[in-house]
Amino acid sequence: MNQPNDGKKYWLDDPKNIDKIFYAVLIVCIAISIPDIFALFDLFYHKHLEFQFEEIPNFYGFYGLISYIGLVLIAKQLRKVLMRDEDYYD
Amino acid sequence: MIEGLNPGLILIAGAFLVPFTRGIVRQGLTLALPVLGMIQLYSLGMGNWGHYDFLGMQIELTRVDNLSRVFGTIFHIAAFIAMIYSLHVKDAMQQFTALIYIGSAIGAVFAGDMITLFAFWELTAISSVFLVWARRTERAYRAGIRYLIIQVTSGVILMAGIILWYQATGSIAFNFIGVSTLAGGVILLAFGIKAAFPFLHNWMQDAYPEATVTGTVILSTFTTKLAIYTLARAYPGTDILIPIGAVMTAFPIFFAVLENDLRRVLAYSLNNQLGFMVIGVGIGTEMAINGTAAHAFAHILYKSLLFMSMGAVLFRTGTIKASELGGLYKSMPLTAVFCIVGAMSIAAFPLTGGFVSKSMIQTAAADNGLVIAWLVMLFASAGVMDHSGIKVPFFTFFAHDSGIRVKEAPVNMLLAMGITAFLCIGIGVYPDPLYAILPFKVDYHPYSAGHVITQLQLLLFSVLAFALLVRFKIYPPELRSTNLDFDWFYRKPLKALAITTGRLIGKVWDWVGATGTAIIDRIIRLSDITHGDGRLMARSVSSGAAISVILVIFGIVTVLFYR
Repeated sequence: MNQPNDGKKYWLDDPKNIDKIFYAVLIVCIAISIPDIFALFDLFYHKHLEFQFEEIPNFYGFYGLISYIGLVLIAKQLRKVLMRDEDYYD
Repeated sequence: MIEGLNPGLILIAGAFLVPFTRGIVRQGLTLALPVLGMIQLYSLGMGNWGHYDFLGMQIELTRVDNLSRVFGTIFHIAAFIAMIYSLHVKDAMQQFTALIYIGSAIGAVFAGDMITLFAFWELTAISSVFLVWARRTERAYRAGIRYLIIQVTSGVILMAGIILWYQATGSIAFNFIGVSTLAGGVILLAFGIKAAFPFLHNWMQDAYPEATVTGTVILSTFTTKLAIYTLARAYPGTDILIPIGAVMTAFPIFFAVLENDLRRVLAYSLNNQLGFMVIGVGIGTEMAINGTAAHAFAHILYKSLLFMSMGAVLFRTGTIKASELGGLYKSMPLTAVFCIVGAMSIAAFPLTGGFVSKSMIQTAAADNGLVIAWLVMLFASAGVMDHSGIKVPFFTFFAHDSGIRVKEAPVNMLLAMGITAFLCIGIGVYPDPLYAILPFKVDYHPYSAGHVITQLQLLLFSVLAFALLVRFKIYPPELRSTNLDFDWFYRKPLKALAITTGRLIGKVWDWVGATGTAIIDRIIRLSDITHGDGRLMARSVSSGAAISVILVIFGIVTVLFYR
């Protein structure tokens, strides 16, 4: 699509900056998993464990990642069954 | 204030002044009514008022207790914000019906008996449909009709349940009901329709996105949360609600991923949020009911905020389809920021309203050892991150630049969104005032290191999942489409069945008519043979002959019977 020329350059228009965001997300994710490594040795913090499987390091992270990807992939398949034209009911 | 007056009646009475005002006076009126209602609520304190005897039943117009007060409080706040958001509206019909609708929802929350509840329950249905119809399109009209049929059906079922309940117990007081009786089951069905239980949910995704810009914001707050309140009142600890709620949290998110109309995405997401609250009611412990009330409170704020931001986009651009939007952060930066606050709040990032409320329900599930419900809620939380946390802001304000250049949202909309965004974060940072008005005493501290870190792991890895899916071009593109949901059954086969049945009845009726006419025709023709002009039975006879015949008959009778 043609970009309207409104005379401004936006930081997000540069694909390189999109890459930067991607790597930033990656780094933040690694950073937030680190406390679980410490937790294995009872350093710094304790999780309030309700269930055994919560002891798995970064359980929440992996569960979120898998849920999210699974959700999107299943939804994508559902489209084959559920998707109709926009004016289907009209 | 007025002793014992149900605060909802202030808004309903005030609504009748709307048609007689205009301009700044009307704006002042619409803003003042929620404030007056709130003052009334808090000047009443706790207690019961308005007792009347109605056909031997005990009516209780007003009841303020710990449970009704928290719902009533957030209803007033949401009403005030919605009124700011709709200050630009110059449509007396919309403002009138909106105030009636809000007033009846508040009235229902403070109803002490089921007859009063029923009256307000039906009034919410009838008044709210005008917010859909006010869009004044053919689609909105049809969606409104479907919505009205389902909403009124809920009221009729509720009435049936109340009658059964009254027969069984002799009381119409609105307290714990439970599902051990037939009446309890019937009333649960009525509440379930408004709470958008699975298979009973489509009225919401059907009608809400067809309402006006301001109408959807108002609708999203009241009907469903009123239903959550009634469930929390009448069905706490009802086990069946846990699986029902779990299904509610999970299945709408698949539709939300696929849906193109972003207000419909939010309607599916609303359905998913209700699931958390229904699970909370099902668990029924003090922690769980507190969690449900807190979640309803926070949810009304961030859901309004999201609907307001999407409403502003629709207001400015004329479309709300993800496939046509994108790059709007360039022209609506403030709306984008407010939308992101709402998105982070619904995703339950630490320091937002969602974090301090949703976790109470999850903790209650864990405390009761409900592994499956707990895992489903965690899955649904990742799903919320997708459709509301990322998809809504991403495809509207970022993604590819659609080339749409518009003005920023009007000042009143920005103000309403700003206040709501402030409250979303305010509750997250400082939840104590919210915790103070919950139904039970709160002994819960959301900001433990473990809770913050695990929640961030869940959410940030969900963001990573999105980033990966987009980077490798796996994320499904937004397409102009309709996705089949359960409403297909009544909008296609059931509709076809109704039309076919109608035709069949028409045919039978035609046949009955034609055959009947033919039979009558034949009778007339047959009688014409004997009784027609100049025929035997129509001839006139002389009186002499007639007397002779009578004499003969008399003679025969005499001979036969008096021998």
